[in-house]
Amino acid sequence: MRYAETGYNLEIDLSRGNIERIETDPGLAQRFLGGLGTNAKILWDRVPPEVEPYSTDNLLIFGAGLLTGTPAPGANRTIVSSFSPQTKLMAYSMMGGFFAPELKHAGYDKVIISGRSPELVYLWINNDKVELRDARHLRGKGTLETADLIRQELKEPNAQVAAIGLAGENRVYFASIEQGRSSASRLGIGGVMGDKRLKAIAVRGTKDVNIAHPAEFMEYCNEVLKYIKFREKNPLGMVPPILAGLGSPQEMRLHDEEWHTTNFAWGNARRRRKDFWTDEVEKNWTETSEGVRQRFLSCYNCPLSCGASVAYPGVPKYMMKCYSKLTYTMAAMSDLDFGFRINSRAQEYGVDGFTTPQTIAFALELYEAGILTDQEMSGMPSDSEERFFWLLERIVRREGIGDVLANGTYWAAQEIGRGAEEYAHNNIKKHEQLPLKLGMLNPIYFLMYSTGEKINITQIEGQFPQAPFAKREEREEFVKDWIQVPEEKFKQYFLEWEPRGDNSIPYYPSVEATCEIVDWMEKMHYLDDSTGMCAGLSSFPLKPAYHIHNLASIISAATGLDLDEAGLAQAAKRNRTLLRAINVRRGLRRADERPPEDHWKHRFPELETTLLDEYYKFKGWNDQGIPTRECLNDLGLDYVGEDLEQRGILSNEQSKKEG
Amino acid sequence: MSKVKKKVKTIKINVDKCNGCRACEVICASFHAAPKYSSNNPARARIRLIRDPIKDIFVPVYAGEYVAAECAGRDKYVIDGKEYSECDFCRASCPSRDVFREPDSGLPLKCDMCEDDPSLKEPMCVQWCLADALTYEEREEEVEEDAKLSDMELGLKALVDKYGWQKLADGVARLTEKG
Repeated sequence: MRYAETGYNLEIDLSRGNIERIETDPGLAQRFLGGLGTNAKILWDRVPPEVEPYSTDNLLIFGAGLLTGTPAPGANRTIVSSFSPQTKLMAYSMMGGFFAPELKHAGYDKVIISGRSPELVYLWINNDKVELRDARHLRGKGTLETADLIRQELKEPNAQVAAIGLAGENRVYFASIEQGRSSASRLGIGGVMGDKRLKAIAVRGTKDVNIAHPAEFMEYCNEVLKYIKFREKNPLGMVPPILAGLGSPQEMRLHDEEWHTTNFAWGNARRRRKDFWTDEVEKNWTETSEGVRQRFLSCYNCPLSCGASVAYPGVPKYMMKCYSKLTYTMAAMSDLDFGFRINSRAQEYGVDGFTTPQTIAFALELYEAGILTDQEMSGMPSDSEERFFWLLERIVRREGIGDVLANGTYWAAQEIGRGAEEYAHNNIKKHEQLPLKLGMLNPIYFLMYSTGEKINITQIEGQFPQAPFAKREEREEFVKDWIQVPEEKFKQYFLEWEPRGDNSIPYYPSVEATCEIVDWMEKMHYLDDSTGMCAGLSSFPLKPAYHIHNLASIISAATGLDLDEAGLAQAAKRNRTLLRAINVRRGLRRADERPPEDHWKHRFPELETTLLDEYYKFKGWNDQGIPTRECLNDLGLDYVGEDLEQRGILSNEQSKKEG
Repeated sequence: MSKVKKKVKTIKINVDKCNGCRACEVICASFHAAPKYSSNNPARARIRLIRDPIKDIFVPVYAGEYVAAECAGRDKYVIDGKEYSECDFCRASCPSRDVFREPDSGLPLKCDMCEDDPSLKEPMCVQWCLADALTYEEREEEVEEDAKLSDMELGLKALVDKYGWQKLADGVARLTEKG
């Protein structure tokens, strides 16, 4: 019997309409855990680097995490992996909600989609019965509407549905896959789904997920719940409210938005408005939020209610996710009302809540600058908010200028030319970033931004406070019950971190400490993305419920694997290194690894070079960020090293020298 | 039959507080797995969350008695502008829907308030509902003394209702022959 995992994947070849249930190798979990790790293994094995993201040879994988479907609170994530039309690198985007647990209960760990359907179809997985069904009548339908229609026609109100909207159907480079109150939004995997002409996947499952050591496992789960309860009652006092609790930021619960609105840049990631947050704004925004919020919502088996259903007068009801209520608001220099209004439409079309507002703000800046003209923007309304709606409509339909903008700011700027490149200023590896523009280089963030394979800061940060606390007493208080640190020395790094003076950024934490801190934060995310644990209980907030010291026991109790802390760290490193190898094979090099030029006002080129040099060494990579043969062999990834050598990406000589 | 005092275990369900996470289903199914906690499967849960987030319908319902036939009415209720089916509040394991029946055998499920030895201070669903939508209460009532059907008898009764005495007896005979 297999524990925690089901031991089966579904293989769907859309070109031929072929469906197969394949038993998986039981040895994979010990080495790659599941979710992102095993997704990456499949992509390495089966998708050569020359395969274009929009092609029949690209795969789209919906993977449930290793712990998903077990009673471990918060283990509900679906990890969707493919290759990104925008970055051309590996894309992985995760969603919470209810999809992956249902998939596990239907008897599958993953759905692996290949090929391209001749006509628009959807996939219906009902335990052992799996079929492709005509979806032509769903063309152009919104994501929530599609889910509803499918549940109705299947007469299966308990089916979970992940669907694309118009944006995905039209292969927008930042199209999302939406599922209830969650979505896999970043890096254009909704576009890949549309390219495959797969409108949706519906799943219903009524089978058991087995636990290897039940009593022990349940004890851990109860401890986690107890800690969550404790933190609900005792928010961290030393950080802004938005960072004080567990979960993803409680955007629908908290009304104090000073932190986002004054720290993040508005418009096309341009302007900080340090004086924006006033009593009056707080009063208005609180009224707006309270007025439209229908109910707080949780994902499967999680007590945190990070989302909410929203009933804004005059627009279809929807479910708000995290921070997207502000991304449109701030990009349009507007107010919260507008944010709630446009999100309804954006989610029905299925677009990424970060890239979309930024791309629209970018287009409007180009228009102001005369680079885009009245000819290209013919018919555009004059009102700023209406312009956002107008451009959104064009983007999701790829009409006129929308066809150019639908490829995101990097590719749009390349196509428009005439100096437009300067306006696509907030990208890393061609992907739009959070609109943050700050003063002094932060070495920790420099490394995370530069090297993160997710190309998205929220998917790598979390364990270590974003900034030092002003007073030593506060720092001492903070480290007292900081049990999540891998080793005691991390407490010291934080204790000695000062806002000003010798022990402040950019030269403190030291290069060595910075490498260790970044590695720790990243490791936690790789574990979550492989186990399907929500980052909101684990890798993202300060002092989380799951950490490096309890995860190995929890995973072992659920799966029966013999994993200790060191083994778990090694598995995380293996997964992380494999992702790097996949991207290296597709051309990723050191030159790509830098934050936006204007991310910080004060930059330190020498320090940045040292940071990257030392971090690469720390990771076991060469000076181009390519994993060395020795590093790969240590992780049992010899075949990866051989492949990189055969392709001339790693030279034999160099490998020998380093080996 | 004589009257006896009986402690009635009750769960107060505050649907306004439910956040739709289904932890109640998860822990119910796990607790009732044999051996205990050895598997998870909300389809086996004796509590089910009727959930429609867009319509804002969130009703945790407990499995009650098995009934052989569905009701005639299946009426609708409108409460605070939200339309509910009568079934949304019904505890019966009945042929009109697939809840409260074992997914493999189709046999009915019934909430037993997590009877255990030693007894729990609260049913597991209450313990795992951090949203406080479920709270446990006890009260005393005078009731008629009544013989209680065992789980097996309940199951048998359901099989009789479904297949009739003859078929069931034939089936038992066949199984007995196979040994």
